[in-house]
Amino acid sequence: MQESAPSKPFRQPAFGVGTVAVVGGLIAAFAVPALADDYWLSSIIIPTVIMGLAGIGLNLLMGYTGLVSIGSAAFMSIGAFSTYNLLLRAPFLPLPVVLIFAGLIAAIAGVIFGLPSLRIKGFYLGASTLGAQFLFEWLFTNFSWFSNDSQSLTISAPRLQILDYDLQSATGRYYLVIATTVLLIALAFAIVKSRVGREWMAIRDMDVAASVIGIRVARRKLLSFGISSFFLGIAGALWAYGYLGTADAHAFNLDKSFQILFIVIIGGVATIFGNFLGAAFIVLTPILLDRLSLIIDLSFLGDQGALANLQHIIFGTIIIVLLIKEPDGLSSLGRRGVEALRSRARSSN
Amino acid sequence: MSYFFETLVSGLFAGVMYSLVAIGFVLIYKASGVFNFAQGAMLLFAALTFVTLIEKGMPFALAFIVTSLVMVAMAILIEWLVLRPLRNRDPLTLFMATLGLSYVIEGFAQLLMGMDVHMLDLGIPDVAVQVGGIYVSQFDIIASLIALTLVATLAIAFNKTRMGISLRAVAADTLAAQSIGIRLPVIWRIVWSVAGIVALVAGLVWGSRQGVQYSLSLVTLKALPVLIIGGFSSIPGAIAGGLLVGATEALADIYVGPLVNGSVSAWFAYILAVGFLLVRPAGLFGDREIERV
Repeated sequence: MQESAPSKPFRQPAFGVGTVAVVGGLIAAFAVPALADDYWLSSIIIPTVIMGLAGIGLNLLMGYTGLVSIGSAAFMSIGAFSTYNLLLRAPFLPLPVVLIFAGLIAAIAGVIFGLPSLRIKGFYLGASTLGAQFLFEWLFTNFSWFSNDSQSLTISAPRLQILDYDLQSATGRYYLVIATTVLLIALAFAIVKSRVGREWMAIRDMDVAASVIGIRVARRKLLSFGISSFFLGIAGALWAYGYLGTADAHAFNLDKSFQILFIVIIGGVATIFGNFLGAAFIVLTPILLDRLSLIIDLSFLGDQGALANLQHIIFGTIIIVLLIKEPDGLSSLGRRGVEALRSRARSSN
Repeated sequence: MSYFFETLVSGLFAGVMYSLVAIGFVLIYKASGVFNFAQGAMLLFAALTFVTLIEKGMPFALAFIVTSLVMVAMAILIEWLVLRPLRNRDPLTLFMATLGLSYVIEGFAQLLMGMDVHMLDLGIPDVAVQVGGIYVSQFDIIASLIALTLVATLAIAFNKTRMGISLRAVAADTLAAQSIGIRLPVIWRIVWSVAGIVALVAGLVWGSRQGVQYSLSLVTLKALPVLIIGGFSSIPGAIAGGLLVGATEALADIYVGPLVNGSVSAWFAYILAVGFLLVRPAGLFGDREIERV
């Protein structure tokens, strides 16, 4: 069995450099609230980090195991609604425990909806994951028990605290999001580098051959669905409480699932950090287009609706262009950039 | 009991409408291996163009021809700007590209022609007629006849014309087809054009039912379970899948819906499709893939 697929290498930097990068990254991540104001934290950084985490969730399934899913948002909604109900109905549980339980509930749902993957492949599987997408959106809007019989069917966090620290402020929510994400990134790396991760990649590259060399393909596929949904579930809980504050089932609609797909494809298949580049693209592009339309006078187009349509056209075009120009995603662009800098540094020495 | 049959029959007719959308997918999937999510957007674009021309006072036949030409032009543009640069890339990338394409097409459709709901009158009365003891909408019958005509035309075109044979060759083995001189870009342009015209017909039938508006593009999501059940690459499958989904969905909404306090049509077809796949992984008429190590 090979270490990783030749087409999708994830190159680990040399040990010393890597450690420095990780420590530096961590310090930078925790220093962010000192540098960014509340608007940046709440509207840009927090959603980017959470969507990047969701991207990791889908990437573990799609990039590493090669199983297509277009129902990712369903598992996010399960995480969000589980968190809400656990906090509400088991108030003695601390928040970190609740998040883990919510992730586990999403994981169970993931395993169940991953069962078709044992028999079907490719787009048939992708389209069938839409079953989860529509079923859960319907479930959470039609059965008000899940939202504690609230009239608007929305869920809002009863409390957001760890020990005695209140996490309601932008900074508090940022620390909750970033700490959870850092832990899950570490977990994702550990899984990908482990035997399980290598077996996933073997299944992705050729599942029949993988089963011939003794990999238990069915179990590994279901595990992939489970772990992927665990990540997505926690991302969903963070999206509802760390970002939106209140959410309903439609916050996790098909568009959200597509966004997560875009993050994986645009960020780069089978990368971990690429997901954050993809997430930044998804979060920032609409904001930039908004700003741009304030600078350039577009009133000749007509009303606000026309502007929204123009933004759709531009967004769609950017996606197509990126798919054509960057086949391996933005992460390969970053990697090439680093290599170019290195070789320039070397030649100047 | 007649209530049951009326539900069943109206479900079957709804199923024909689903098939009409699904056929557009099948055409493109067969010839270029692309799962074209933009089919719904094409449907919206075609219907909007048609309605706008009619409202400008153009006669029906001319509007149909002009809209068809617009769809052909769109097919050529898509082939040139999207498909050609992306050829030989994995199906997922192509699918994502058609997602991007659907944003672009929907955006253009509404930017150029507005976001209002347009009424579309095809001149077919929507009145109930009694057939064999149950009431059936005349509109449904005529819509089904249109669908049948379309399918028959496509079947003849694929089996009898030189073009159709080349297309089947591409579907069967792209590489071999290319090596005997079939030009893939030409095939793609033709298939996307035909899919565009199918989208126009489907858009007219759906549009006259629920008005021409943004939600038309969402019929894509109704066509997906039909495709899963029928197989992505089979036109008879799209018909059979459509009928099966339409009928069971209508029945489930009436008989299961009240038990779970609400309409189940949002997801029923998908759960049906998943259950179906567990029994028949390639769908009703899909190609069974043989695996070799």
